[in-house]
Amino acid sequence: MNFEIPNFLPAVPEMFVLGMACLILVIDAFLPDSRRDVTYGLVQATLVAAAGLTLWMMGPETVLTFSDTFVKDPMADILKVAVYVTSFLVFLYSRPYLMERGIHKGEFYVLGLFAVLGMMIMISGHNLLTLYLGLELLSLSSYALVAFWRDNSRATEAAMKYFVLGALASGLLLYGMSMIYGMTGSLDIAVIAAELVAADESLNIPLVFGLVFLVVAIAFKLGAVPFHMWVPDVYDGAPTAVTLFIATAPKIAAFAFLMRLLVEGMGPLHADWQGMLIILAVLSLAVGNVIAIAQTSIKRMLAYSTIAHIGFLFMGILAGTDSGYASAMFYVIVYAITAAGGFGMIVFLSRKGYEADQIDDFKGLAKRNPWFAFIMLLLLFSMAGVPPTVGFYAKLAVIQAAVGADLVWLAIVAVIFSIIGAFYYLRVVKMMFFDDPQEGAEEPVQPSGALATALSINGLAVLLLGIFPGLLLSLTHYAIIG
Amino acid sequence: MFADWPILSLLIWLPILGGFLVLAAGRDAPHVARRLGLAVAVATFVASLPLWFAFERGTADMQFQELASWIPAFNVNYHLGVDGISMPLILLTTLITVVVVIAAWESVKDRIAYYMAAMLVMEGLMIGMFASMDAVLFYVFFEAMLIPMFLVIGIWGGPRRVYATIKFFLYTFLGSVFMLVALIWMYIQSGSFLIQDFHALQIGLTAQILIFLAFFMAFAVKIPMFPVHTWLPDAHVEAPTGGSVILAAIMLKIGGYGFLRFSLPITPDASAVLDTMMIVLSLIAIVYIGLVALIQSDMKKLIAYSSIAHMGFVTLGFFLAFYIYSNTGDWEGASLGIAGGMVQMISHGFISAAMFLAVGVLYDRLHSRQIADYGGVVNTMPWFAAFFVLFAMANTGLPGTSGFVGEFMVILAAFKADFWIAFLAATTLILAAGYTLWLVKRVIFGAVANENVAGLSDMNRREFFLMGVLAFFTLLLGVWPAPLLDVMNATIDHLVAHIAQSKL
Repeated sequence: MNFEIPNFLPAVPEMFVLGMACLILVIDAFLPDSRRDVTYGLVQATLVAAAGLTLWMMGPETVLTFSDTFVKDPMADILKVAVYVTSFLVFLYSRPYLMERGIHKGEFYVLGLFAVLGMMIMISGHNLLTLYLGLELLSLSSYALVAFWRDNSRATEAAMKYFVLGALASGLLLYGMSMIYGMTGSLDIAVIAAELVAADESLNIPLVFGLVFLVVAIAFKLGAVPFHMWVPDVYDGAPTAVTLFIATAPKIAAFAFLMRLLVEGMGPLHADWQGMLIILAVLSLAVGNVIAIAQTSIKRMLAYSTIAHIGFLFMGILAGTDSGYASAMFYVIVYAITAAGGFGMIVFLSRKGYEADQIDDFKGLAKRNPWFAFIMLLLLFSMAGVPPTVGFYAKLAVIQAAVGADLVWLAIVAVIFSIIGAFYYLRVVKMMFFDDPQEGAEEPVQPSGALATALSINGLAVLLLGIFPGLLLSLTHYAIIG
Repeated sequence: MFADWPILSLLIWLPILGGFLVLAAGRDAPHVARRLGLAVAVATFVASLPLWFAFERGTADMQFQELASWIPAFNVNYHLGVDGISMPLILLTTLITVVVVIAAWESVKDRIAYYMAAMLVMEGLMIGMFASMDAVLFYVFFEAMLIPMFLVIGIWGGPRRVYATIKFFLYTFLGSVFMLVALIWMYIQSGSFLIQDFHALQIGLTAQILIFLAFFMAFAVKIPMFPVHTWLPDAHVEAPTGGSVILAAIMLKIGGYGFLRFSLPITPDASAVLDTMMIVLSLIAIVYIGLVALIQSDMKKLIAYSSIAHMGFVTLGFFLAFYIYSNTGDWEGASLGIAGGMVQMISHGFISAAMFLAVGVLYDRLHSRQIADYGGVVNTMPWFAAFFVLFAMANTGLPGTSGFVGEFMVILAAFKADFWIAFLAATTLILAAGYTLWLVKRVIFGAVANENVAGLSDMNRREFFLMGVLAFFTLLLGVWPAPLLDVMNATIDHLVAHIAQSKL
């Protein structure tokens, strides 16, 4: 058996993050509780440095390494940077929330960093096993994050639910993967794709059988209807800082996971998975948008809104064209930025002993702090897809992909549900601008330093990317089409 | 000399950036907000005048064009330009915004800086919409203006403002998203979002009908046509005076503009097939909504319904074209109808603005819009009564006022199409006279109704100025419409020549 030293270079950001995560874990163990900011600073510095490394190594070519189990291509680079940026924002927003509740512990950041590592591996996985390992690293860190506020019973319940359903989804995924392996004899994404092209007609049924399990597992992880039951409960039960985390960056990784598995691996079966994704997309759009109207908790409302956004994401992918994949990539990045801002606003409004997780808590925000009411307005209109915010271009791109794939009816279904969706976003705008503050909450909101600045930048980014959407759109096109 | 200047960009961004400046500088200083707001509005108006004077008559080409790459991935460009249809509407927008800003001087007391900013931003967005040559750019402006209007109605509106503003937003959003799908479909076919490329696109009849219906959803809601008009009375009644003026004078015109820019030239065959539906809906708006206006007890609601009836004339003028052609075999009458509709749009911009301002003048004094609360106003406010009667007459279409010109042209065109269409359209003259003059009788004339009315003071200089300006334009357009028609003729002839060619 000859052993050759693999090319480590493409995986330098992953190795760096892994090394730093282990190092910070050790350092944190020796820090007194009052010095947790050191951990925070180190984690943020790690993200910045990893972003620097990824950007520095960015290149147009596709590089495979570790016996072709790991891939570095423009899509991976851009998605990783998006993951760093959203995670950076999330940690920044989370810090004051955790401090006020006395749970400002090192575990949060270290687990977060391991989750980031999991996402990076998902993004760069080129083998069913690598993809699975990345997903599990992310999932296990997420379960622990949801549960880490130990004396909060709702968070514990949410973690339980998340863990059981997540484990079920992992099982389905492995089962599907084993079917595919059985039929094609390989775990390598590229080999699977080649085998599928050459596959005999008679293999079609077992292959589609395996494919169903893969799609179901992905739908579970992304929270697409009818596999969405855990999403509102977990988003609602988890501490807002954790909700903020699991609602944003992992979606970017899940998009990459979907791309690697379905598009690059199962691409030849496009006709088969397209139909499955259409069903998931329509159901997600319908259930997400309609049920969100009935919510009184803003966390649950945003959870259902996420489900609806996943429907839009699927629309881009199921079109099966390069511009469709690019539009879905644009959509997921835009979603992550907007959702980070949206959940960030909940953190911003909450304070010690008060969660601000009801929609009513946003009443009269325009009187309490007009600037942040404006920021929230931008974020909400972006989620609703109203120009000139960036959310509009995301919807434009995926609708264009659907129309381009001769699925005009799907585009019409999507826009009808986005009108229904506009209502619940508008309702929050209405409460912020037209209603008076609730009793006992009339005093102006005092923004605290870094959180306020970051949130303002986040909100304005949604507007600026909307006025100049060309760059980000070109980037996603470059990542997919080249 | 102005042809190479980026006047259109200036007209779009000056009010938008000016609006944010007003917000920044005037948040805690209402006086600064008012003066700065007025300065920006006047500057924008002055900057729009070169459009009128340097506009080259006699050509249908897009003028004052500006082109910059915007979203290369989708071949979307920042492409501006005006022709004889959009240019007058832009001037109307800049003029009406000045009026609205002055009208808010005293009557808006709460958060004046936000109000001024919203109005100015809206102005920039509306101008951008009229000046867009790119469909995505058009759509962005078209949708974006919903946001400030949503806030204006919701914050400064009347008691049922929240209901009205959400209804307004969802109705218009509902209409426009279908248009978005149609635009994207045409982009897939033509590879470009340039509206003129859409004009040249050959489309089959089934697709044309679907596209026509998508546009119809967007523009019929805006203009609004029966049966999707129900948001308008609610929005008008609850909106503050300035909001009502912008809605009636400009936003409704967007629907008419859309029909001319998109529906007719892109889907001429579908328009020909569906013209009976459009004419019937227009006639329903004219006759039925006219009857509905008769029984209103709220002044604003009455004027809102009157607006719908008058807009019925606009759509009637536009869609008569095919009917006239199949009857007479020539396209001459078609131009007449479309030009009539355009004149009616501009004229209604002045008249409806004046009518809503007049109601605003009364509302500021007595805080009531109910007709029953007034009576004999002429005794205490003679100047106001004089203006009110003038605009009422213009609203009924009295010769010598701008209201007459458009209606006359459309009825004339209707005669070429079919006697009964003309007959029904002409009933509006009677109905409009009925509801408007009855309104005048109940509010202005008669004995002083109660002690509130007895205590009214006449218009101040500011209100007098506004009314005077609008009266001037109403009369000018009434006695001398030729300059406006000169500007539009070439574009309308070009449009008619274009729709005369079947795309099948």
